[in-house]
Amino acid sequence: MSIVVAYSPDVFGRAALDHGVAEAELRRTRLVVVNATRGDSLVDSHYAHEDEMQQVLAQLESAGVEVKVRRDVVPDIAEAVLDVAREEGATLVVVGVRHRTPVGKMLLGSVAQRVILDAGCPVLAVKPAAAHG
Amino acid sequence: MDLNLLLDGFQTALTPTNLLFAVLGVMLGTAVGVLPGIGPAMTVALLLPVTYNVEPSSAIIMFAGIYYGGMYGGSTTSILLNTPGESSSVVTAIEGNKMAKAGRAAQALATAAIGSFVAGTIGTILLVLLAPSVADVVVKLGAPSYFAIMLLALFAVTAVLGTSKLRGFIALFLGLTIGLIGTSTGKARLTFGEPLLADGIDIVVVAVAIFAIGEALWVAAHLRRKPLEIIPVGRPWMDRQDWGRSWKPWLRGTALGFPFGALPAGGAEVPTFLSYITERKLSKHPEEFGKGAIEGVAGPEAANNASAAGTLVPLLAIGLPTTATAAVILLAMQSYGIQPGPQLMDNEPELVWGLLASLFVANTLLLVLNLPLAPVWARLLQTPRPYLYAGILFFASLGAYSVNFQAFDLALLLAFGLLGLAMRRFGLPVLPLIIGVILGPRLEAQLTEALAISGGKISTLWGEPVAVVVYVVIAVLIVGLFVNFVRNARQGAATAENKERIDA
Repeated sequence: MSIVVAYSPDVFGRAALDHGVAEAELRRTRLVVVNATRGDSLVDSHYAHEDEMQQVLAQLESAGVEVKVRRDVVPDIAEAVLDVAREEGATLVVVGVRHRTPVGKMLLGSVAQRVILDAGCPVLAVKPAAAHG
Repeated sequence: MDLNLLLDGFQTALTPTNLLFAVLGVMLGTAVGVLPGIGPAMTVALLLPVTYNVEPSSAIIMFAGIYYGGMYGGSTTSILLNTPGESSSVVTAIEGNKMAKAGRAAQALATAAIGSFVAGTIGTILLVLLAPSVADVVVKLGAPSYFAIMLLALFAVTAVLGTSKLRGFIALFLGLTIGLIGTSTGKARLTFGEPLLADGIDIVVVAVAIFAIGEALWVAAHLRRKPLEIIPVGRPWMDRQDWGRSWKPWLRGTALGFPFGALPAGGAEVPTFLSYITERKLSKHPEEFGKGAIEGVAGPEAANNASAAGTLVPLLAIGLPTTATAAVILLAMQSYGIQPGPQLMDNEPELVWGLLASLFVANTLLLVLNLPLAPVWARLLQTPRPYLYAGILFFASLGAYSVNFQAFDLALLLAFGLLGLAMRRFGLPVLPLIIGVILGPRLEAQLTEALAISGGKISTLWGEPVAVVVYVVIAVLIVGLFVNFVRNARQGAATAENKERIDA
């Protein structure tokens, strides 16, 4: 029994985390934060710095949430989130979703979309507060 | 006299076409300088096919821009990522990254860029003043002296650079062996009865394979790695105090870098390291060293750009490459049928002075481009490696195939690419191999010429005073190496197995 949050160090990941925490408190379940990278570029802005992750962890723990962080270098990020959801027996997966340009859609697959379509449990898709419209 | 030639050179360098090639060169150079593993030598090697269509002066101006640009770009990665983008900016990372971590990334980038500009400009002025007079001296030398100088260059490049002499000499002899292949002497050597090998192996294929294919295979073998933590940065700038602490290290770095670049023991590794040590000794803020002292960035960055200018002295005046990039630029000249050497200045004044003038232009362009654009260049580091290396493999294959339009060259490309991978795996430096391939046949030609003139008497080899001096220098180097070796062995301090790669 747990809630899995797909985290990235930006507003979308932040929104996913906030909603995940709220759900975890409501349902009184564990929270698992996943932050993965494909590790194929020298710098990956979606991969959180070590000390930033520690900060997030400390914040959540002081708020009284039982939380676990899973970080990995993987070939496929959506697959990694789904794997963690399976292993942790997730009852809910939370992902942040963003607008994508037509060119972006053509070039890159969406991690959020694959998680939404392939997860074995309900998926909560959230947006950062300012990113409507 | 020189001034008029230089002004003519500016006329060549400032034509719209050549200016465009200079901009292209410095942009490409900075980009590849920022990306670790991809350096100016590989880039110039991949771009060698442009020599089929582009005017010689334009192409050489672009290549020189790439060379200078690579020196600038390397510092950005060193400072923001603590991973040197180029072997010449290894030292910059020591203090530069500490500065960045302390929130002074903008100042570190600024002192690196402005220091590079100052050093590059002074270095280019020295180059303009020195190269013609060196060429005038060298042109009077006979084959025995050339033979000795090339021998010294091979020896020095191998013995002075890198941590392991043994690995250096293995790479050198691999290169010399590759240079032997063919029937240039009338006898078939190492051709294994293969008619396609009779003309020897095109050096372009070897260079592209070792630099590009070897690196691509190496990266493919280590594709997934934890991303590095980059320090975000705004626009580089410095305040009065930073200027006050930077200008002396810039000048001292230039003074160290230029002569080391001009000597056949070239490369930027030695002078950048010496500059760092000097600044640490002379600094009024020794307590800051190790925590991010601006002097430790300013000095080495100036030294590496000055040494880049310095390496062009032997390249233009003697036809002697001392760094990997200079070696590949030499290949480009040869593919135009231009024979670098002391006659180059007289035979190709437009090319040489156009190139020298374009170096001033390139330096100014780099300063203008790099100060405001540093954050943009840093974003290049987010490029996924598969895209990057797919492009490199494509251009490498294209370049190798276009040399002779023979599929056999692609097989050679793969074979030497595997050699390049093995060299990276076992820590063999690339530079001695490339210099060996290029200088080996020329060394042999000079030897043949010297012996033909003397009627086969071997004593002709030490018959010229310059040759004798050079042999003495080589002997001193060997004795120095030996003494060092014995001392190290006695201390029992087995030098740490340093598997650092030399990505040129």
